[in-house]
Amino acid sequence: MNDTMSRYRTMTGHRLFWPAAVLFVMLAANTIYRPGFLSIELKDGHLYGTPIDILRLSAPLILVALGMTLVISTGGIDLSVGSLCAISGAIACMYISKQPDQNSVGVVVTALAMAMGVSLVLGAWNGVLVAVIGIQPIIATLILMVAGRGLAQLITEGQIITINSEPYRAIGLGHALTLPLAIFIALAAALLVAAFTRRTALGMIIESVGGNATASRLAGIRSGRVIFLAYVISAACAAVAGFMMTANVSSADGNAAGLWVELDAILAVVIGGTSLAGGRFFLSGTIIGALIIQTLTTTVYAMDISPQTSLLFKAVVVIAVCLIQAPAFRARFSRRRRHAPPPAAIADKPKEQVPA
Amino acid sequence: MRKMRSHSASWRAAAALASVLLVGSVAACGNSDTGGGGTKDDGKITMGFSQVGAESGWRTANTISIKEAATAAGIELKFDDAQQKQENQIKAIRNYIQQKVDVIAFSPVVESGWDTVLKEAKDAKIPVILTDRSVDSADKSLYKTFLGSDFVKEGRLAGEWLVEQKKTASGPVNIVELQGSTGAAPANDRKKGFGEAIAANPNLKVIASQTGDFTRAGGKQVMEQFLKANKQIDVLFAHNDDMGLGALEAITAAGKVPGKDITIITIDAVKDGMQALADGKFNFIAECSPLLGPQLMDLAKKVKAGQEVPARIETEETTFTQAQAKEALPNRKY
Repeated sequence: MNDTMSRYRTMTGHRLFWPAAVLFVMLAANTIYRPGFLSIELKDGHLYGTPIDILRLSAPLILVALGMTLVISTGGIDLSVGSLCAISGAIACMYISKQPDQNSVGVVVTALAMAMGVSLVLGAWNGVLVAVIGIQPIIATLILMVAGRGLAQLITEGQIITINSEPYRAIGLGHALTLPLAIFIALAAALLVAAFTRRTALGMIIESVGGNATASRLAGIRSGRVIFLAYVISAACAAVAGFMMTANVSSADGNAAGLWVELDAILAVVIGGTSLAGGRFFLSGTIIGALIIQTLTTTVYAMDISPQTSLLFKAVVVIAVCLIQAPAFRARFSRRRRHAPPPAAIADKPKEQVPA
Repeated sequence: MRKMRSHSASWRAAAALASVLLVGSVAACGNSDTGGGGTKDDGKITMGFSQVGAESGWRTANTISIKEAATAAGIELKFDDAQQKQENQIKAIRNYIQQKVDVIAFSPVVESGWDTVLKEAKDAKIPVILTDRSVDSADKSLYKTFLGSDFVKEGRLAGEWLVEQKKTASGPVNIVELQGSTGAAPANDRKKGFGEAIAANPNLKVIASQTGDFTRAGGKQVMEQFLKANKQIDVLFAHNDDMGLGALEAITAAGKVPGKDITIITIDAVKDGMQALADGKFNFIAECSPLLGPQLMDLAKKVKAGQEVPARIETEETTFTQAQAKEALPNRKY
């Protein structure tokens, strides 16, 4: 009895338990509403079904949120990622649209390299503003958030640039091993970031900088350099996400591409258990957070919730998720509920709450 | 140490200032032609125009049409891009009042909050013409006329075409609808007009209706779910071309042929949409024309000459079938 109880606590105490549970409940609710929700079939040699849609559509958000996780764990925030998505997509599509042979792989690679180059420069601009000059991250990145969307529109000349390039389209819609290529790109980015942060000391360094930049500097860590790097990585992730978004519809829309994705990314990071105050981060949590957000959007469409009520619906779910995620809320709730149990059970409870 | 700190503080201030200036200068890029003194009295009509912004291809075409029509009509145009901000428009209109232009025209960013500045224009005896979008002022004497599309009519034209096409249909016809941004006038009105028209045939039923935010990505994402949730979809009605274009990809991925398995009706008739129509992927487009420049200049002359004009003028618009699209496409400006 005591053993199962403690095993239950270890499981629910795991930081990924609650986000995963929320995701599971959402999928279950959808399946009850429409039994075919989770069904997957093979069409033209690719897997086809709503779960695949969710994975493919959440790939750009996962990428943006990965970069955001690192930035937030240094105690910063990057509001410019949405505009960066628009810029990178606009540059790539604009370049491709001007070439005689849009289907040439060389053209697409050049376009991607150019767009990535500009994005890295813009990421470095954010990094310099925050790490070298010391402007508050929310203000420093707000500059590019506002100006960047204008820049994207300047590149596209206020038009929607439509391209007809198979190699570029593959980034958003291609398939590998019957699954969308976008999923593998997001997965590869996640593994790369995870390897760099968790297999080396970089992750710990980032967390220590986020915890206390001055103390870390005094301990011999070049805090400025770490913070700078976080913004550059965030920009790189946003650039790839921008490629996916524009490739998904084979067109660059400077006005709408990546609009508000920064807010979704911050939400994904928070749902995943990373502290907005900085100092610790959970990449796997962020990925589940991004999946939750995309599942929520898809749920609205799949259940055909009227557009007038869908925002409220989303808000209620997000509030519920955040509350369930909050250890303080859970503790209060469980204390009230478990008023009756014998004193022995209560006595060891405070210990359980500490790690959460 | 202290010296160093104050040094870095001033550095920070300078950098912050520089970035603010940068944003300011980027934002100011669109604001041209608002400066300058009063207008000369040489009988030439001067018009001050405040545009919403440059958020879409439609809007860009609208701007070009107005600029070209002004040159053609010999009207001096003072043009301002408000970058989607009401305060910019109010500022521009006040500028025009100060410069004593002959006519002020603008596309309001939002519907409300115009009474004060419109009153100022009225007191200065400068007639105001609204284009494309309206204001909700209770006092209709604050502006001369409203020149723009009738969104309800566009929806109705789309619906009427469908009713005509499906009049022989014996069974139910399942329609899915991609709405524009929730709460936007074109979305509300097009939905209303379409709904009214298809009520003529009880077989026509809208089985699902969601917002795709007027974007391709939105249209695609919603259509993917529509296709999975509904076994039989016969017709797609999208509130603009872009959402329809996004939906095309979703329909193809589902193994269906757009334009054949699913009849697609959209509104706007921008170039990419017309191309899809000419290619047989769309079936019908109700036009929402941005080319209201010539009509606007005509109105400006009439208003200046003191002639009475109707309080509501509709933009000259048409509809396109696949054959008409093929014909019209080579001369399409936007």
